[in-house]
Amino acid sequence: MLKNDQISQIVNGKRVIVKKPELLAPAGNLEKLKVAVHYGADAVFIGGQEYGLRSNADNFTLEEMAEGVQFANKYGAKIYVTTNIYAHNENIPGLEEYLQGLEEAGVHGIIVADPLIIETARRVAPKLEVHLSTQQSLANWKAVQFWKEEGLERVVLARETSAEEIREIKEKVDIEIETFIHGAMCIAYSGRCVLSNHMTARDSNRGGCCQSCRWDYDLYKLDGSQEIALFDENDDPFAMSPKDLNLIQSIPKMIELGIDSLKIEGRMKSIHYVATVVSVYRKVIDAYCADPDHFVIQKEWLDELDKCANRDTAPAFFEGVPGYKEQMFGVHGKKTTYDFAGFVLDYDRDTKMVTLQQRNFFKPGDVVEFFGPEIDNFTQVVGTIWDEDGNEIDAARHPLQIVKFKVEKDVFPYNMMRKER
Amino acid sequence: MKKPELLVTPTDVSHIHALAQAGADAVIVGEQRYGLRLAGEFKRAEMAEAVEVARQHGIRVYAAMNAIFHNEKIDELGEYIRFLADSGVDAIVFGDPAVLMTVREVAPHMRLHWNTETTATNWYTCNYWGRKGAKRAVLARELNMDAIMEIKEHAEVEIEVQVHGMTCMFQSKRSLIGNYFEYQGKKMEVEKQKYEKGMFLHDKERGNKYPIFEDENGTHIMSPNDICIIDELEEMVDAGIDSFKIDGVLHESDYITKVTAIYRRAIDLCAGNREQYEAEKMQLLEEIEAIQPKHRPLDTGFFFKETIY
Repeated sequence: MLKNDQISQIVNGKRVIVKKPELLAPAGNLEKLKVAVHYGADAVFIGGQEYGLRSNADNFTLEEMAEGVQFANKYGAKIYVTTNIYAHNENIPGLEEYLQGLEEAGVHGIIVADPLIIETARRVAPKLEVHLSTQQSLANWKAVQFWKEEGLERVVLARETSAEEIREIKEKVDIEIETFIHGAMCIAYSGRCVLSNHMTARDSNRGGCCQSCRWDYDLYKLDGSQEIALFDENDDPFAMSPKDLNLIQSIPKMIELGIDSLKIEGRMKSIHYVATVVSVYRKVIDAYCADPDHFVIQKEWLDELDKCANRDTAPAFFEGVPGYKEQMFGVHGKKTTYDFAGFVLDYDRDTKMVTLQQRNFFKPGDVVEFFGPEIDNFTQVVGTIWDEDGNEIDAARHPLQIVKFKVEKDVFPYNMMRKER
Repeated sequence: MKKPELLVTPTDVSHIHALAQAGADAVIVGEQRYGLRLAGEFKRAEMAEAVEVARQHGIRVYAAMNAIFHNEKIDELGEYIRFLADSGVDAIVFGDPAVLMTVREVAPHMRLHWNTETTATNWYTCNYWGRKGAKRAVLARELNMDAIMEIKEHAEVEIEVQVHGMTCMFQSKRSLIGNYFEYQGKKMEVEKQKYEKGMFLHDKERGNKYPIFEDENGTHIMSPNDICIIDELEEMVDAGIDSFKIDGVLHESDYITKVTAIYRRAIDLCAGNREQYEAEKMQLLEEIEAIQPKHRPLDTGFFFKETIY
């Protein structure tokens, strides 16, 4: 059990947090991994070509993983690989080689649900840390104790656990706890939903989930043989689509609970999303840990998160069982208000000329915003744009096109440029 | 030839008499405080009675403790398990490792059956739970016949397979029916209706009707069809599958009893007189079709279906 002084101590008359949680970010490919690390993630989770739960994501080859690990090591960051399918017999051949490959690539740990993979990793790739996936829907301290006795270093709790439950688990079992703080989530207990299997013959627990929970249904009651509609003509249909998780307001409480790792969901999300969310939570965690007793959430952090939000967000179970306001009914279009317009490759201080890779259409006269870990956000109006060869162009209209234009303040490689829609 | 156990789900104590007479070898009972999606609610008094009735008929009783537990119930698990052991139940069905841990502490000789519904998908993991103390694994319903055969071939634990009835597709901790009523502004309906049975979700695109209900464990959504493979039992009987389960959740007692009797005949013939089974099996299927509620079509589940991912 953690004592209070293991979480915070008085230094020079001021309380500071000494147990800073890991900020864990998702990355769907090597570029996103580099961005996540550069923007302040302490660890990144990625998927390989097999055994992970996002069969539609780009996912990493072993070579890309090794390169990602090397990049992360320079920052002192860790790489975890999701191997959290519930395997079928046919997935057993090849598992040993795969896990050995991960170990050789230098990844730090794997996130696992199936005991088959836990025990196989222990046997053939003992250097890999093993973390229990949220797919096990672990929701009580006694089950956490079981997995500790099985030798796991860390457990990811069910997304259905509350702050009070996490406190009790932390008190009773000495094991690292990882919880989700941001992103999309299942509305079912993870691992206990096979809607996809039944509706589309795609195996949700092996990465085939087609998100049937986000579809609309009509609710009826059967009375004898009569079907009675439980909705009126004007009612929105029955839906069970959850709002995305957003626990920015609860980060102080999570840090005081001694939670070891705070996890952002979204291996399918863009680098703009990863950069924005990671940088905001980096600021929140750093600010709170430096001076917890005078900490206030800055409005600009909340605004920043909104700039990449896909959906409305809510705190879900951490603060109690979610009601209807934490679900989405009726028409709910994409919420995104900003486009990712460009990725900074270089900046010449003398000429104030940025070299930028285009990620979305922009043209002279557009108001754009730059952000990144080295700078405070600023906006400016785009002036003349030149292509790589120095020819003036009327707009940056080609994806991944290299363009140049003047930027008034200093920017750095990996900084991003966004544009309001 | 070894006959698989016929395991069924009674709706109340008196139903156990009827099921035993219809040929059940074992029943699974419990209360929603600890068990999931049960055909009937058996509080402690009924639980004790259930064991007595089962004894009279010489059949076994398994207690359902397969809920996903949160901290609040952990402290009472030991006392409940002791009660079950004292009552003489033959096994406890669990999914959450907290139950396994508690059984080790308070009733180490209690027989355990591992059942998480969806995650028993390979033979290694079935054997893993066997090494942790389970004597039986209940296979996920989303497996096909070949996968079931391969698991049985490698299994060091007994293997239970559901052969009839609806299956669970989804469990949420959220009050999804109640939330919908609240969203519609029908606050009064929430407490009145949300625990009612008989509701379903209509999926217009697929033409399916999925039963949905709420209880202490959250919201459950069930398969649109009832599995029925009464005419396809040969392979599993030959392979020595240990238990065939008929899940009667959300069905009438009388229906469950009749289905039990029909499967009793099918199993006896399939194991004892294969020629007669082959001659009669389509008729047995027709007998079930004749009593099938019209809103519950029959199908063969995932037994002959491939899933991709």
